[in-house]
Amino acid sequence: MKATCWYGKHDVRVEEVNDPEILNQRDAVIKVTQTAICGSDLHLYNGMIPTMEAGDILGHEFMGEVVECGSEVKKLITCDRVVVAFPISCGHCCFCQKQLFSLCDNSNPNAAIAGKIFGQSPAGLFGYSHMLGGFAGGQAQYVRVPFADVGTIKIPEGIPDEKVLFLSDIFPTGYMAAENCDIEGGDTVAVWGCGPVGQFAMAGARLLGAERIIGIDRFPDRLQMAADKAGATDVINYEDTDVYETLMEMTGGLGPDACIDAVGMEAHLPGVLGAYDRVKQAVMLESDRPHVFRQAVRSCRKGGTLSVPGVYGGFDDKIPLGSIMNKGLTIKTGQTHVQRYLRPLLEKIERGEIDPSFVITHRMPLDDAPKGYDLFLNKEQDCMKVVLTP
Amino acid sequence: MESLESDDRMGQSLPSSDSISHAPYERSRISSQGLPQRRERRQYGSEAVQAQRFARRVGWFSIGLGVTELVAPGMVGRITGTRASRGWIRLGGVREIVYGVGIVSRRKPIGWLRSRVLSDFLTFVTLGKAVASPDTARLRVAGTVAAVAGISLLDIHAVERLTAVAGEIEDDDDSIQVTKSIQISRPAAEIYRFWRDFNNLPRVMAHLDSIEVIDAERSRWSARGPAGKQIEWEAELIEDRPDESIAWRSVEGSTVENSGSVKFTTAPGGGTLLHVELSYRPPAGRLGVIIAKLLGEEPALQLEEDLRRLKQLMETGEIVTTQGQSAGRTRSRSLKYDHAGRRLAAAF
Repeated sequence: MKATCWYGKHDVRVEEVNDPEILNQRDAVIKVTQTAICGSDLHLYNGMIPTMEAGDILGHEFMGEVVECGSEVKKLITCDRVVVAFPISCGHCCFCQKQLFSLCDNSNPNAAIAGKIFGQSPAGLFGYSHMLGGFAGGQAQYVRVPFADVGTIKIPEGIPDEKVLFLSDIFPTGYMAAENCDIEGGDTVAVWGCGPVGQFAMAGARLLGAERIIGIDRFPDRLQMAADKAGATDVINYEDTDVYETLMEMTGGLGPDACIDAVGMEAHLPGVLGAYDRVKQAVMLESDRPHVFRQAVRSCRKGGTLSVPGVYGGFDDKIPLGSIMNKGLTIKTGQTHVQRYLRPLLEKIERGEIDPSFVITHRMPLDDAPKGYDLFLNKEQDCMKVVLTP
Repeated sequence: MESLESDDRMGQSLPSSDSISHAPYERSRISSQGLPQRRERRQYGSEAVQAQRFARRVGWFSIGLGVTELVAPGMVGRITGTRASRGWIRLGGVREIVYGVGIVSRRKPIGWLRSRVLSDFLTFVTLGKAVASPDTARLRVAGTVAAVAGISLLDIHAVERLTAVAGEIEDDDDSIQVTKSIQISRPAAEIYRFWRDFNNLPRVMAHLDSIEVIDAERSRWSARGPAGKQIEWEAELIEDRPDESIAWRSVEGSTVENSGSVKFTTAPGGGTLLHVELSYRPPAGRLGVIIAKLLGEEPALQLEEDLRRLKQLMETGEIVTTQGQSAGRTRSRSLKYDHAGRRLAAAF
C-alpha cells in the first residue's frame, strides 16, 4: 500500500510499504477514506520531536471503512464507516476507567522511554514517534487500529466524511480546551493561535456560552476565519499591536477570564526576545519555545484559568511560576481524551450546531502529501487545513 | 497466545462511545495506602551509618589523590619534595584509585582500609630514606611525612569504627537486587492465580525462555543471561500464601543463585498492588555484575518492563506491540525500542 513516511527534517515521501495486519485480536484494519495533516505533524516535519526513525508512517487524523477485525473485536464489523481517535486506549486501566483516555497505561510498548522523560508514560499515539509507541499512522491507504472497540465511533449514513473527519483530533482538542476553561456566562476567553485547533477552541467557547471570544494571530486570513466562522467577537493581530496591552484595554485592566494556548512549542516571536528561545532550541539547550505560554500567563485575569492544548515536549526556560502562583491561576492541560468526546460532538454535528469542515482549505490526493506539508508549514495560499484522500 | 476469557473480567463493560459522559476531569484517587513496607534489614543504627560514611569519605579522598597523582605527577613531586620519577608517582596514583574504589564500593571495607594502611607504611619507608639523603628539600619531605601520617591515622580510625559495628552490617555479597511495584486493576486472586502457575511467567518475563513445573514445589527454569548465554536451574517454592504472596529460590548448587518474591495487596478502589523483589548472584561475583551492566543488562528496567507486560495481559488480555506493523523500511528499526518483545513474539 502507499503511505506517507518520515525521512528527516522537511523530508516526507509517499512510498509503497507492506500492508497492515491484525497483530493482536482486539485490532481492526481500516481502509482510510480521508486523512488530514495536523499542526502537531509539523513538529515532526521540522525535526523537533526525538525518537523518530526513517520510514515511520505519519498521520493521526483519519477515518475509513473497517476491512478486517480481530476475533476479540465486538462492536465493529466489516464495512462499518468509522472515525478513529488519535490516542490508543485499552479501556480497562484505571485511567481509561476514569475517562482519561490519552493517559492509558497499557497502550505504549515503549513506555519506559516516555516514563524516563515525563515520570510516567502517557498513552501510545498513532504516527507520533517511538517514545509514544511508534505506531504506524493513518496518512496511508490502510491502517491497523489497536483496541478498535475503544478508539472508534461509527458514523451513520448520510453524513459526508468531511464533516466528521475532525472528530479524530482537532475538534475534540479545541472543545476540550474550551471546556477546561470552566466557562461561565459573561466570560471573556482569549485564544492564542487561530490555526485549526484555535478555531475549534473558539467554536467550543461559543458553544459553551462565553460572551467575548478574542482570537490572536498574525495571519489576516486566519483572523478573518476566526471572526466569520469560529465565533470570535474580537481579533488581535500581534504584529500590529502589543497583545498584553490590547487585552488589558479590552477588559478594563482585568485580563481575560480564561486564556487558551493553542500554539505550543514552536511559537513565533520576532525580535530579540524570540531569538533567545530560537537560538537555544537550535543548539538543543531548550526543547520548546514557550513564548505564548508566558504571554498567556501574564495576560490572564487573577484567579483565572489557563488552558493549554498546545503541544509541548520537554523542559522549558523562564516559566513565570511567580506570576502563576501569585495570581492564583489554574492550569489545565493534556493530550485530548478524544474517546470521551466522540459521541457528544457527533451529536452536535448531527443537530447542525456546528459544521467542522469550515477549516478545510486544501484537498489533495495522498500522493501530494509532501506538497501539503510544505503548504501547511509555510501557510501559503491561505492554507488552514489540508485533507488528503488516498 | 491465549487471551483471558471475558468472563474473568471484573464485570465492567468496555466504555463505548455511547455511554461516555463528558464530565470534566476528576481528580484521580490512586493512593499509596497498602504498599508493603520495604525490607527492614537496611535500617542500621546511626553509629554504623556514620562509620560507613567516614570510610567512604576516606575512599573518595583516596580516589581524588590518585587522580591528581596520575594527571599531574610533576606537580605532586615538587610539592611533596620527593625525587621520585613521574612513572612511580603515576603508579602510586593508580594504587590510590584502586584502594579508593575498593573502599567506596563495599559495605564493610575493613580489608581494603587495612591494605591502605600497609601501603602508607611503605610510603613512610620511602620518604624516610628521602629525608636521610642530603640533596632533598627536607622541609617539604617532612611536611609530606606528616601528611601521610595524618592520613594513616584516618585509615586506622576508619578501621576501628567499622570493626566496632561490624556485626551490624551484613557482608558484601555481590548480588544484584531489584524491587519494583506496580498497580494492576484486577483482583489479587486473579493475578495470584496467574503467577502461581509458573508456566505463565515466560509470557511476560523477557529473560525467561521456559519454566517446567516438576511438582507442587519444584520447577526447572531456563533463561537467557548476558550476551545470550543459556542458563538453567531448579527452583523451589519457599512461600505460598494464596492471594497474598509467593516466594521461590534456586536450589543449592545452582549455577546462578537467585530468589524472588511477589506480594499482593488490595489497592483502594479494588485493584491490586504488586511488590516484586528479585535477587541473583552472577557467577563471576562483583566483576560479573559490572560486566553484565556493560553488556546492557539493566535488571531494574527489565523487571519494570516485565511487570508492565503483566499489567497489560491482566487488564486487556493482550500485550501491546508494533512488531510486524507497516513501515517504510525493509528492516524495521523500531525494533531497537521493542527489543524484549522480539523474543516473546518469536516464542509465541
